[in-house]
Order: sequence, then structure tokens, then C-alpha cells
Amino acid sequence: MNENYIVNIVLPVLLTLGAPVVGGLLMGVDRKITARMQSRVGPPLIQPFYDAIKLWNKRPVIASRLQPVLAFSYLGFSLLAFGLLMFRQDLLVIVFTTALADTCLITASLNSKSPYSYLGGRRELLSVLAYEPVLIMAFLSIYMVTGSFLVDEVLAYRMPLLIQLPAVLIALVLVLIVEMKKSPFDVSASGHAHQELVRGVYTEFSGYTMAMLELGHWVKVTLVLSIVTLFWAPNLLIGAALSLAAFFIVLVVDNSYPRLTWRSMIKTTWGVGFILILANIVGLNLMGVI
Amino acid sequence: MKTKTKARLKSPWVLHYDCGSCNGCDIEILAALTPKFDAERFGIVNIGDPKQADLLVVTGPANRRNHRVLKRLYDQMPDPKVVMAVGTCASTGGIFHNCPNTLGGIDKVIPVDVYVPGCAARPEQIIDGVVLALQKLSEMSEKEDD
Ligand code: SF4
Repeated sequence: MNENYIVNIVLPVLLTLGAPVVGGLLMGVDRKITARMQSRVGPPLIQPFYDAIKLWNKRPVIASRLQPVLAFSYLGFSLLAFGLLMFRQDLLVIVFTTALADTCLITASLNSKSPYSYLGGRRELLSVLAYEPVLIMAFLSIYMVTGSFLVDEVLAYRMPLLIQLPAVLIALVLVLIVEMKKSPFDVSASGHAHQELVRGVYTEFSGYTMAMLELGHWVKVTLVLSIVTLFWAPNLLIGAALSLAAFFIVLVVDNSYPRLTWRSMIKTTWGVGFILILANIVGLNLMGVI
Repeated sequence: MKTKTKARLKSPWVLHYDCGSCNGCDIEILAALTPKFDAERFGIVNIGDPKQADLLVVTGPANRRNHRVLKRLYDQMPDPKVVMAVGTCASTGGIFHNCPNTLGGIDKVIPVDVYVPGCAARPEQIIDGVVLALQKLSEMSEKEDD
């Protein structure tokens, strides 16, 4: 009884609160690996935390009074989505919660007169449009195999999902690229050296609002990586290795491709993503598995 | 040192504004960001958004056309902020000093904290200038608490 309590409540809460820390470290690893790929030394591993603390303490310039509220909701809904995953709830509800988080971000960016922020917000909307159907299709295929959308039952499934759904995992890597705002799909916000539209959706944020958006972004990246972890549910350590491998592939792609336009982004994610997932489902059907 | 000050010193985000320089100094600033000098190892990122930048790096002389833009960029940057004038032009007007359309150095328009002389300033000098600017930033940060 007591142990159940720890596993069902305390552990998920702790994991959810730890998500920003894990996400921040992942971003540090990202910057370090990217630097090494460009034969640079790169910033220290905890650089993202320095950035976040600095932003938090900088005097903010608030473009509209709604923006801090929306930035806070973005972080809140991202954490809620991650929490739902840790409490082993419904996968579909998790997608809709992340969609709500994105809506907050987009509304906040449209809530200023800056044309750059406006364009960035519209492009963010397009990237949501690009990855969300693929994510839902991936969950649908998980449902077809395991017979449930509940993470609890996906975890209890008798064999690793990867064996039956290898192509779906590749489609999820596409989702991860869009979600991490990496080349070739970094249309909505530009970080680091490649500047376009000033800072895209993030243009009008500063100080603590920007820090909250950064935290929310880390949590969302960790969320998608945790979903990849589900593909080797019987042993979550192997699953974590799998998600780190996906993370590394995203970085390789990021460093070897230039940015595409938003049209190509939607064509690629929908075209490649849907074909991969459908081929996987049809293949399983032909083999008589489902 | 406080965590706040340390974080500020470890992550200076740069806004680079070209005030009409000959582009010699701009190329040197970009050189400082390339793998050879790798400014990102100090957390320096060329951010391009005044609302998130800590360090305004200006090249070229202020002139009658763009001094308003320069002033506005400076005003849009939230505190604490530091301004660096890179190159002789930005410091004093340089070879453009007696042109009818220029006002002279950028300190005619906004307060400058660090001057990096040279035509063009070398990347090593620019990084040196950033180190000086960070000292200034740390003083500002400590003073803020008193
Ligand atoms: S200081 Fe020299 S190199 Fe730099 S902008 Fe002026 S003229 Fe060009």
C-alpha cells in the first residue's frame, strides 16, 4: 500500500519537477555536441541554466499585459502534459495539452505589434500543423498494436513497440526535429548564429517571460524524448538509450542541413511521416499481427 | 560572487549594430564568432534581438540618418546593459570624422562603456573588449543590489 503510494504519486511528481532540469542539461549537451561537430570547444554543460538565470534577473520589457500570463501558461501546460505522461495517463490528452501550450505561445507572439513576432507566430502555427497530425498518427498506430491509448497499458505491453513499429519511430524523429526547432525545420524561431525574423516567435519576449518560454521549451523536448522512450517499454533504460540516439540523430541532421521553407517543412513531415506510419500499419496488417 | 552576477557574466548575449561602417570591423566581429576564436565557449551568442541582448556592439560612425535607430536600439535594451564601440570609426568617427553627414563617434548619441580602437579592430582585441565590458557589467550587477 505504502509503496504503491510512492510509485503512483511521489515519483511522478518528482519526475515532473525534474523535467526542466533534465531538459536544460539536454540543451547543454546539444550545444556542446553541436560545437564539437563544428570543431569548436563549445560552452559549458550548464550554459542553458546560466542563460535562464540571467534572463530571469534581467529587467523585463513587457509588450502587452497578457504576455506574462500566456508565457506562464505555456510553461504550465507543458509541465501538465509532462505530468500526465509521468502519471501514465492517456496519450491523446497529452497531445491536446501540448497543443494548448503551443496555442498560448502563438497567441502571446501575435499579441504585439511587431511584424517579426507576428510572422514568427504564424510560422509556429505552421510547425504545429506540421508535427501534430504525425504525432497523433503515431499514437494511433500505438493504439492499433497495444489496444490502448493509456500509457499505463502501453508500458505493460508484452514486447517492445520498436519491434512492431520501427517506421513510426523514424516518423517521431521528424516530430522531434520540428519540436526542437532544429534545421531543416527551424522556421519559427532562430537561435544562435542564424538570424531571421529577428527571433521569430520569441522576438517580443524579454526577461522572465523569455526565461519561462525557455523552460517550457525544455520540458516539451523532454516530453517528446520520453515518448520515444516508450518504444522500449519493458526496459526503460534501453528506451532512454533509444531516445538519446534519436536526440543525436536530430543534432546530426541539424548540422548537415540548411533551413527549408515552411512549405517544404509541411510536405516533408506529412509526406514522409504519413507514408512511414501507413506503411508500418499496412505491413503489420499483411503479416497478420493486427 | 552572487549566482545572479555569475550567470550574467557567463551569458552575455550580443546585439551587433552596423552604424554605417566600411564592413571591415563587422567582418572581424564575425571572425570572433567562427570556430577559430569560438566566442560561444564564453556563452557569447549573437542574438540579434535588442529586448534580450546584454551587450550592444556598434561599428561605424553615427550619422545624421541612423543616430535615431541607434538611440532606439539602446533604449529597447533592458537593464543591465553595456555598450561597446568597435573600431576607430565607432570610437571617434575615424576616417569619416569630417564628413558632412556624420556626427562622429557613437558616444555623441549613446553612452559608451568600452572603446576598442583599431582600423579594423582585430578579433583578439574585440574579445579583450568583451572581457572589459563584462567587468563593467559585474560592477553594475553588484551595485544594483546595494
Ligand atoms: S574602423 Fe576602419 S575597418 Fe572599422 S569600420 Fe571604420 S574604416 Fe572600417
